[in-house]
Amino acid sequence: MTDYLLLLVSTVLVNNFVLVKFLGLCPFMGVSSRTETAIGMSFATTFVMTIASLLSYIVNTYILTPLGLEYLTTMMFILVIAVVVQFTEMVVHKTSANLYRLLGIFLPLITTNCAVLGVALLNIYEQHNFLESIVYGFGAAVGFSLVLIMFSAMREKLANADIPKPFKGSAIAMITAGLMSLAFMGFTGLVKL
Amino acid sequence: MTTLLAILVLGCMALVFGAILGFASVKFHVEGDPLAEQVDAILPQTQCGQCGYPGCKPYAEAVANGEAINKCAPGGEDTIKKIADLMGVEPPPLDENHDTDNSPKVAFIIEEDCIGCTKCIQACPVDAILGTTKQMHTIIADECTGCDLCIDPCPVDCIIMIPIAKTPQNWQWDLNNIPVVQLD
Repeated sequence: MTDYLLLLVSTVLVNNFVLVKFLGLCPFMGVSSRTETAIGMSFATTFVMTIASLLSYIVNTYILTPLGLEYLTTMMFILVIAVVVQFTEMVVHKTSANLYRLLGIFLPLITTNCAVLGVALLNIYEQHNFLESIVYGFGAAVGFSLVLIMFSAMREKLANADIPKPFKGSAIAMITAGLMSLAFMGFTGLVKL
Repeated sequence: MTTLLAILVLGCMALVFGAILGFASVKFHVEGDPLAEQVDAILPQTQCGQCGYPGCKPYAEAVANGEAINKCAPGGEDTIKKIADLMGVEPPPLDENHDTDNSPKVAFIIEEDCIGCTKCIQACPVDAILGTTKQMHTIIADECTGCDLCIDPCPVDCIIMIPIAKTPQNWQWDLNNIPVVQLD
């Protein structure tokens, strides 16, 4: 039990996918201009990441490894992720039209969010078991959500701030992201696995 | 042999996933454009056409496809704000072509001036004008939505818009319309 908790904390804070591993930077910059959108994106990504890491573990353990087709992992995982994303898109379209419109192009773009494929592949490299894979996928998604929502809240404040002209827009966002990344380095050594 | 196996496995998986998606697309099929319906529910349903569309429903569809949200004159600022909240954008001011006064009005025909031309009857979107050729017309006040589309066609300018005074009879008494929240 403690192991899973440690794994969760270490994925959310210490090895944060966005600020420490630098995965999933496209939605991190792209969807963070409004907090509402960021929260929607976070939920969609959390759902996709958790399900994708679960499914990719099953596919890898019960189909690819017994047949000796480990070299197909990347291709197969892309297929799995694409299906999960399409499925999520249909569900969101059905349940929340407003969220669907707000997420717009970013929902299909979760397919190409490298953090999702990263979770699936890292699960294999780190030889996680079934439960660990789910915790790892969920933790990565929670870490992504946490950082994305915090960043979007800061960007909303920055939109009203008096920023020198050369730093306006993306420039100040990049600087903020860099400072956040520095801050997250402070968590290094919090959990020793 | 391994190549064939790889192709077979990938093909089978693709087939299975395709079947899942096919099932999901039937199961989660969306009727029409849900956003347009939500916008349509907010619009006042006067069907007046002042926005340049033939009614509230077509305007709602246009808004869902990116038309400006500030063209509904009968709805006024309140409607714009509600649509802006729904669409997640800043509420723009009402289109400057329209009068900002959106208090409820009803059309009234000055009967001694009416020549019975029936032009206002053709313009009325809700059939609230009664009358026939060379006979005096009148307005069924209960049916009139106050859209003022009958003003322009009248050749003798005998139609005026009268603001409806608030009386205890037409005041909206249902207090539950206001969301009352108990604060700690």
